[in-house]
Amino acid sequence: MTAVAAPPIVEMRDINVAFGGVHAVRDVTIDLKAGEVVGLVGGNGAGKSTLMRVLSGARPADSGEILVDGKPVSITNPRDAKFYNIETIYQTLALADNVDAPGNVFLGREITTRLGSLDDSSMESETRKVMGRLNPNFTRFKMPVRTLSGGQRQAVAIARAVYFNAKVMIMDEPTAALGPAETSQVRNLIRQLKGEGIGIFLISHDIHDVFDLSDRISVMYHGQIVDTVAKDSVTPDEIVSMIILGKRPDEATEKELEQLELHT
Amino acid sequence: MTNVADATPVPGQAQPPARTSLRDLIAQTEIDLRLFGMLIAFVLILITFNVISGGKFFSPNNMVTLAVQAAGIAIIATGMVLVIVSRNIDLSVGSLVGVIAMTYALLMTNILPDILGLPADFPFRWAIALAIGIALGAAIGALQGFIIAYIGVPSFIVTLGGLLSIRGIVWYLSSGAAVSGLDANFQLLGGGAQGSLGGPLTWALAVVGCIAIIALLISGRRQRRRFGFPVRPMWAEVLIGVVGCLIVVGVANFANNNFWPEGLADRVAAQQNWGPKPEGGWRIPAGLPNPLILLLGVTIVMTWLATRRRFGRYVYAYGGNPDAAELAGINTRREILKTYVLMGVLCALAAAIASARLNGATLDVGQSYELYVIAAAVVGGTSFAGGIGTIPGAVLGAFVLASLAYGLSFIGVNSPGQNVVAGIVLILAVGFDTLNRRRGTVGSSR
Repeated sequence: MTAVAAPPIVEMRDINVAFGGVHAVRDVTIDLKAGEVVGLVGGNGAGKSTLMRVLSGARPADSGEILVDGKPVSITNPRDAKFYNIETIYQTLALADNVDAPGNVFLGREITTRLGSLDDSSMESETRKVMGRLNPNFTRFKMPVRTLSGGQRQAVAIARAVYFNAKVMIMDEPTAALGPAETSQVRNLIRQLKGEGIGIFLISHDIHDVFDLSDRISVMYHGQIVDTVAKDSVTPDEIVSMIILGKRPDEATEKELEQLELHT
Repeated sequence: MTNVADATPVPGQAQPPARTSLRDLIAQTEIDLRLFGMLIAFVLILITFNVISGGKFFSPNNMVTLAVQAAGIAIIATGMVLVIVSRNIDLSVGSLVGVIAMTYALLMTNILPDILGLPADFPFRWAIALAIGIALGAAIGALQGFIIAYIGVPSFIVTLGGLLSIRGIVWYLSSGAAVSGLDANFQLLGGGAQGSLGGPLTWALAVVGCIAIIALLISGRRQRRRFGFPVRPMWAEVLIGVVGCLIVVGVANFANNNFWPEGLADRVAAQQNWGPKPEGGWRIPAGLPNPLILLLGVTIVMTWLATRRRFGRYVYAYGGNPDAAELAGINTRREILKTYVLMGVLCALAAAIASARLNGATLDVGQSYELYVIAAAVVGGTSFAGGIGTIPGAVLGAFVLASLAYGLSFIGVNSPGQNVVAGIVLILAVGFDTLNRRRGTVGSSR
């Protein structure tokens, strides 16, 4: 939608990942522009999460190339990804349950005093600022995050990504565990971040979410990209048929489409 | 354990509303309820034995002996907390203490004088020996930690292997013999009348302690004010400061009521020409014993590492959720390795106390330490589920177990009987924790 001519801020080329004999991701090429939301959809085991784990450094690719701002980079662990301002909000949230909110926001990137000790007051102060933006009602800064509600925990996980000036944000099922009010909060946040020029990969099972928020949609099937389409050029039904059949609508036979109709 | 605190009745305020307000009041002081409960349990144990023994148990001399007995276990337990918090275990600590104690003994009787040519009166020989012991502990810890963290062999297996093989090495080091005859200065690490601070220094330390408590309270409050965070009510700050200082002064006063034995005082007086013996004999306050000072230092440093440094934050985060720590970009293997290096260093300190008290080393120094150390950490609130445990808690846990053992032996219960009680207390303590956690009343993790 926006910035059509701008170069992608991140590009993954010919990515391959295999677990033992299973080819989880096969020759996938995908890109993302600044201020763009790319929805990543597909059935269970289609390879969406694995592909994004490669970009976030959680699992290195077996082959392929990652480019940030057009330059090839090496991302072999989460620190590398964060160095390139690629932040991830995992489906599991990846919070240390026994640590408080500031501790989690700054985990691995603590603010320290000149002598290298943790500066808890500064971290709490910064966390209060960023949480004020995301969830103004949040007050439990001193409690272990295990005592927080699902929405509050989600806010902590998002605060962690937002605080460190993400350029690229990966959101893996950001609304899966949330109630309706919290879901709409997260949606607003995604629009806000997009408006700030952050590129977002959005993994979701919820076709509504994806259509509502994405500029482009990439459909994965058995580890491969079926197609990447501009949201305005497809209907939700067409996306669903691509997810289930693993073929572009024009490749699918009449019979397959008919069977699909029967199923849905 | 919080039950103990909750159930403490306030005179004249037995109604239910008063109970909730007591809970609120305690909450406002932000005191760790579990730690508070354990402190009360410890005091109750002391009082109980004192009553049973007809008032003989709670004497300065007995308490100092108890503290010295607990110190070695407590020192290692501070490290065991971090190991268990990060979902590992270390069964090799007893053998590590054994091999390092034997190393100290051999260094001072053999290696330093005969091989390195440092005579008995060489200055700081005790420190040289201690440094070598610490380096040895750190090296063995690093080796075990490397196998656990980088090769991925379960810590239970690695340290069980360590338990067996390192104890075997002790035998080879001394060809199966006990070695005795340490430096006089090194022996002071083990406590005793001369291995204590003495009256004036004990008082000086108490003053420093009180100043530190007040300074910490003030700087903490100022820090929170600066950022506009909520602060504790003033009455709570004053209460904590006053109670803390009273405890410090009380302990110092108590330790200074432990006097040198008459024979020793007479001997030293004759050697150093103190002049004529006063009426009623020499009254030389022994003060706090050196092992307790060492423990105090270790507790402060370890608490600082656990709560104020990245290392501690990462260890706790890893224990709470290993995947989260990994995904946050923490080099988790390096942090695990560090916990074992730290264990080696702490074992070296405990070995110094043990060998100094023995004036040498036998083949079984440190035997079964691993069990007492793990028990101390667990009684102190460390959870095998990972991510939960405090260093002051483990120290207190060591003192609770040591006071039980010492008290039982004082009233004539034999060692199997002591073990029965220790085992039951271990299970009860963890049982309390499990129930409390299920009810969600134990909130804090550090």
